[in-house]
Amino acid sequence: MTQKITVNLNGADTTAEVEPRLLLVHFIREVANLTGTHVGCDTTSCGACTVLLDGKAVKSCTLFAVQANGRKLMTVEGLAQDGKLHPIQEGFHEKHGLQCGFCTPGMMMTAYALLRKNKAPTDDDIRWAIAGNLCRCTGYVNIVEAVKYAADKMSEPAAAGGAA
Amino acid sequence: MIPAQFEYLAPTTVPEAVALLGQHADAKVLSGGQSLITVMKFRLAMPPLIIDINGIPDLNYIREQDGWLRIGALVRESDIDESTLVRDQYPLLHDTSRVVADPLVRNLATLAGNLAHADPANDHPATMLAYRALVAATGPQGTRTIKIDDFFVGLFETALTHEEIVTEVRVPVPTPRSGGAYLKLERKVGDFATVGVAVQLNLDAGSRVQQIGIGLTNVGVTAIRARRSEDLLRGKAIDERLIAQAGQLAAEDCAPSADLRGSEEYKRNMVRVLTMRALNRALDRTKAQEKERHQ
Repeated sequence: MTQKITVNLNGADTTAEVEPRLLLVHFIREVANLTGTHVGCDTTSCGACTVLLDGKAVKSCTLFAVQANGRKLMTVEGLAQDGKLHPIQEGFHEKHGLQCGFCTPGMMMTAYALLRKNKAPTDDDIRWAIAGNLCRCTGYVNIVEAVKYAADKMSEPAAAGGAA
Repeated sequence: MIPAQFEYLAPTTVPEAVALLGQHADAKVLSGGQSLITVMKFRLAMPPLIIDINGIPDLNYIREQDGWLRIGALVRESDIDESTLVRDQYPLLHDTSRVVADPLVRNLATLAGNLAHADPANDHPATMLAYRALVAATGPQGTRTIKIDDFFVGLFETALTHEEIVTEVRVPVPTPRSGGAYLKLERKVGDFATVGVAVQLNLDAGSRVQQIGIGLTNVGVTAIRARRSEDLLRGKAIDERLIAQAGQLAAEDCAPSADLRGSEEYKRNMVRVLTMRALNRALDRTKAQEKERHQ
């Protein structure tokens, strides 16, 4: 038996008929065809599947798609705007915040949630925030640098960007 | 991993949810889902019906009322972490919510669910034993309160009937000159405790221990109250020797089993050490709070 759900995915409503047992991450990857969100451990440990649900960073492998019905979802594809990288993406690029890149989408979504709450995080704040995101290349030092780069960039007066 | 098929309903009131439980013997309640969905993915649980209570309004509150801190069933660990009331007045609870799983899990996981799941490896059961908390459960006949000492019946087993839902957790408002602490030994963030110890105490005017609660995580089929350690300290002015004895008694009275996290002997010793440290931290906090009061 399927259920009809509508999820606001990166700003646009996406409607689909889904089985209740469909995991949110599979909805994102296989129904909405957004494959930036990764499935890593599939056991709520690694954070590769991190997305924002109503602004909160959560593991999409441990939610059912039906739970997102009527709610706002943001994935890594929602970061770049008008072909321009988000400062967090720019930070990971500039600071070499990735090696294999598998954890990166989740890391960036967690960083996004952190920077919305804390505009100038310390190293400890960042490490605390990403404690649920594993990087098996062990590139944590540069990941922290990347998030700090983004924080600096986003606090620049011009960071509002775009409009006149 | 794909869970078995199930039917999904999202009632918008507690009575509706309770009625659904009454109609379906194997239905499960979904709140944070951070334990339930995982066991469903492993197919350790295959409930034919999931009753999602996340859409029920008025279950998301943290407030003091009539001598109790009342925490609604949909309060997330992250809400507790961010509550200034909890941070300032309930350091034991604050400690505990900050070390449950990891920050992403804590954005969904609920305190009520942490208790209702009754995993002895969960962190809040020991903390609620230390606080001498109450669990409010709502069923077809209305709401009853269950003392935390009567709540955990066995491994993943509680005193809840099938038709009851935990709707609120109540922690006594701390008396003056009180403090608490939770210490968790874990291999890495996100792991279950190798051992955890929760302490809550308050002192009388003569700096003697008036009431004390000590709860132990993941060293038995349920969270355990370190009763002999509590009895030893109650009515006394705590000193180093007593703290060492209390640690020793807790180590003797727990019932850990050997697993990947350590041998039985190691875990007992860690219970001893963490009990001592948690007692010291609870005392330090009690004194710091007292100092603040006098300023």
